[in-house]
Amino acid sequence: MTRKRRRLYLLLAGLASLAVATTLVLLALQSNLAFFYSPSEVAAQGVPEARRFRLGGLVEPDSVKRQADGVTVEFRVTDTRASLPVRYKGVLPDLFREGQGVVAEGMLQGGVFQASEVLAKHDENYMPPEVAKALKASGRWKEGEGK
Amino acid sequence: MHRFANPARFLRIITAILPWSAGASAALLPLGLYFALIGSPPDYQQGDSVRIMYVHVPAAWMALAVYSVMAASGAVALVWRHPVAELVAQAAAPIGAVFTAMCLITGSLWGQPMWGTWWVWDARLTSVLVLLFLYLGYIALVNAFDDPTRGARAGAVLALVGLVNLPIIKFSVDWWNTLHQPASVARLGGPSIDPQMLLPLFTMAGGFAAFFVTVLILRVRAELLRRKLRVLRLAQAQG
Repeated sequence: MTRKRRRLYLLLAGLASLAVATTLVLLALQSNLAFFYSPSEVAAQGVPEARRFRLGGLVEPDSVKRQADGVTVEFRVTDTRASLPVRYKGVLPDLFREGQGVVAEGMLQGGVFQASEVLAKHDENYMPPEVAKALKASGRWKEGEGK
Repeated sequence: MHRFANPARFLRIITAILPWSAGASAALLPLGLYFALIGSPPDYQQGDSVRIMYVHVPAAWMALAVYSVMAASGAVALVWRHPVAELVAQAAAPIGAVFTAMCLITGSLWGQPMWGTWWVWDARLTSVLVLLFLYLGYIALVNAFDDPTRGARAGAVLALVGLVNLPIIKFSVDWWNTLHQPASVARLGGPSIDPQMLLPLFTMAGGFAAFFVTVLILRVRAELLRRKLRVLRLAQAQG
């Protein structure tokens, strides 16, 4: 075996063991790397009150209610299986709308998620407005896929 | 591959490629910008903000592609000790770092109006920030040794170790919940971007790639010529 060959095998073996090590670390960290939790995960885990976390899901259609003071908004976040009521006081991002993804940071208080920050999540679909209109008109618009 | 290990032959080849890559980037970048800013429709959700994508996404692709080039050259330099491969890896690093910084900055400018925040520590954004630090760490490490050969070897090892970050960046949006949306182009089931928007995106990506090749050739050529000059000066001094 020449020295070049030996270096090549050493390098490949090093890369392979590195890949295995990284995979194991990532698998071990799996649950800690989530940026947000969905309403059904929150329901399943029974998060204690007054503990901060991020809640993610879709804004339930027809659930957005603005309060009389003009800055407080109430809406429900759903993952189609479970949903949670959210209360937020502040400016909402441009992309916030019913049926659109959101990530809210805050804590549960009396069954209501008190958000201190609301971020909009956008999906992977990009198209001109005419195409979106045509898709909706022809009934080929898929629920839950970019609204 | 071993045919390209000869610096004189490598220099001849890259000098022949240079006018083509320079021509391609000079043609594709203005064309792509025209399509991106004027000749393409706004998005149905994001309106005109979607035009940031035509810079952000090609910059992100290049950040990953340049890193692959750098790590592959580093591997060739480590195993076969080709001096030209060392040069290519070192010449690519600052260009890749700039693409990564561009990706992060344009992403931040896009995130503020769309998501409502400049930055979040989700898996995608964090792994790309790690990529930027890998590039900067590589540049610092290579230059930290008095002996350039040892610096190049240490750098190549770091570049190869950092390779694990590339699949993490690509699949971060599928493996974990992130604020960043999933892939739109390279995904199962075909792209979820309208063809009218894919055209400017691919034109810009082609322009970015040609620009990278051009700058890489200029940097490698300058370094090869600098070394040649040093050898000639030494020979002259010894008379």
